[in-house]
Amino acid sequence: MTVALSGKEVAIKIEEKFPGSVVESGLDNLVVKVDSLLDIARFLKEADGLEFNYLNFVTAVDYYDHFAVVYRLSSLKHNHSLTVKARCYDRENPALPSVTGLWQGADFQEREIYDLFGIRFEGHPNLKRIFLWEGFEGHPLRKDFI
Amino acid sequence: MAVRTEPFVLNMGPVHPSTHGVFRMRVTLDGEVVVDIEPVFGYLHRGIEKLAEQRTYAGIIPLTDRLDYISSMNNNFAYCLAVEKLAGIKVPERAEYIRVIISELQRIAALLIAVGAFLNDCGAFFTPFLYMFRERERIVDLFEMVSGQRLTYNYLRVGGVSQNLPEEFLPALRKFMDMMPRFMDEYDRLLQQNEILIARAKGVGILTAEQAINCSISGPVLRASGVKWDIRKDDPYSIYDRFDFDVPTQPAGDCYDRYRQRVEEMRQSLRIIEQAMKQIPSGPVRAEVPHLIHPPVGEAYGRIECPKGELGFYLVSDNSIAPYRCHIRPPSLINLTALRDMVRGWKVADLIIIFGSIDITVGEIDR
Amino acid sequence: MEMKPAGQYVYSDIELDREEGQVIADLKAKSLEPIPDPDQWLEEELQQNILLTTVDALINWGRRSSLWPAICFPACCAFELIAANGPRFDLSRFGMEIMRASPRQADLMITAGTLTWKMAPNVRRIYNQMAEPKWVIAMGACAISGGIFASAEYAVVPGYNRIIPVDVYVPGCPPRPEALIYGIQMLQKKIARRKNIDMRKMLER
Repeated sequence: MTVALSGKEVAIKIEEKFPGSVVESGLDNLVVKVDSLLDIARFLKEADGLEFNYLNFVTAVDYYDHFAVVYRLSSLKHNHSLTVKARCYDRENPALPSVTGLWQGADFQEREIYDLFGIRFEGHPNLKRIFLWEGFEGHPLRKDFI
Repeated sequence: MAVRTEPFVLNMGPVHPSTHGVFRMRVTLDGEVVVDIEPVFGYLHRGIEKLAEQRTYAGIIPLTDRLDYISSMNNNFAYCLAVEKLAGIKVPERAEYIRVIISELQRIAALLIAVGAFLNDCGAFFTPFLYMFRERERIVDLFEMVSGQRLTYNYLRVGGVSQNLPEEFLPALRKFMDMMPRFMDEYDRLLQQNEILIARAKGVGILTAEQAINCSISGPVLRASGVKWDIRKDDPYSIYDRFDFDVPTQPAGDCYDRYRQRVEEMRQSLRIIEQAMKQIPSGPVRAEVPHLIHPPVGEAYGRIECPKGELGFYLVSDNSIAPYRCHIRPPSLINLTALRDMVRGWKVADLIIIFGSIDITVGEIDR
Repeated sequence: MEMKPAGQYVYSDIELDREEGQVIADLKAKSLEPIPDPDQWLEEELQQNILLTTVDALINWGRRSSLWPAICFPACCAFELIAANGPRFDLSRFGMEIMRASPRQADLMITAGTLTWKMAPNVRRIYNQMAEPKWVIAMGACAISGGIFASAEYAVVPGYNRIIPVDVYVPGCPPRPEALIYGIQMLQKKIARRKNIDMRKMLER
């Protein structure tokens, strides 16, 4: 049975290594700062006892004042999972670091988020529109698209 | 004097004579060897995630049918699991057993098409495909008895299933189960030691276990690379922990192993249906759920093992009648991440086979 | 030729994408009204009251008994089309067993699936490549009017008749293979009424 790790316990481990990077931690998820996202992701992938080597999905949610990018990680070896979120408060040019260097499975999913929400991922090898055609104006899944 | 070659770009366009749908690949070739490949899709983007924000929780079920249209019952199942997790609804026993039987039958039907289309790509032009269709028609008859539809069923509901099984269903299922192992043996006799299949598919398009885990592959493709991970065993949902079945894996991770993996999984599904048919109780088939569901504020991720991989629904609710955000984790799109690494260095004919062995459905990629 | 590392294409993919995007935007701007029904000629013929000759009847019989469909199946209705070709509902008894991959050798286009604006120029190009006489059957709710996805206007074309002229509409989501066969028989009756040789023009010469 896949155990969903408690956000608070993982937050304690992360705070030891990267102090001040956890914004809030609840029972089932963990919110981190955008700047330390890449370091925390690398720590989660390689640390002993955590070893999250499988990325289930990457998606984004549009709350009206910020975007929340949600990552769900799981470890096939220890059979546990964790949800990590990062909040992006800029509506005009939101940007986040890309995790394709760590988990290649995020490749197409980050392109999809760029296409439908407009969030840029720095470090992505090929960031361009994937579902809609080049020259389409707007980002459909935002709440203020018609 | 050495011959100087130049790469050229070939467009294998959205309309092509295979049954995988509107999928386009821009292939850079050096002679006949594939040097690079760029998949282009989006030709079937219908905006299902945006439409889901405007429909009630029960009204999204017909939309989920049209995602992976070959295995509609499984899509409904994943969505209903996510909503039940979000709203805390318990499903009655008989409904759980019906869901498992229907889901495993649907898995057999979808794997039949996957194997048939793969053999179609290998060059056995339509003969095994039509043989598989003969079996699929029998399964579709059973589904028509239950839900009235042949392809997009809209049968499962939040809290159970929509109507009880008719009386003819279990005897007809018994007849099907008696016949099916004989047909599986017939296909094996025709295909397993076939020289052409072995020559074309063995050793082609190898995917190692580390690459597969890094690319978030799931489903038969992952298990054919040697990783023993099946959500029905490792994170059981519904009542799968009561059944006794194996999780086969294959050592090499080439196209032939993916084909063998799908055939083995069909046999395991038959085992599960046998056990479920013996244990099915009587009782209500649907929990008492209001028509307009108001789940509490929160989020949930419900996932199942679909014939293509791990299909999951991530739902965010804000206590209204429609979800705030409904994200679908598509196994076909994520399995395609590995296509580029698998294909470079092979020839064009091998590209078709490797692409066919990943088994995608464009309705799920583009949503 | 050595293999470059992934991520550097030999061609410029951004320029190719931009050109295609321009084609799609142009087509979207042109397709605001549905294309009128190609059955206008029936009204005139009833007024002129010209009967079909036996040569016409022979040509029409040949054409309708061996319609060859072109492949255009984006979505779910495709599987009902394949099931119609399958062992139980056999389409080859109507002469339609060959699914031609090349549109130049086909005369019937059964559009089975939702049409999106990104796909629309390709469908128009395939329709243009088919040789006269050619017919189109719109199969399924998505092909008639956009179906269950019509509210997603940013991506879905509300019906194939914005892009190509349609002869027969077969409703259903997806229509059963028997419904598709009924639609094909309606098309065959329509072909039987076609006027190929204009006797008046021939007699005038």
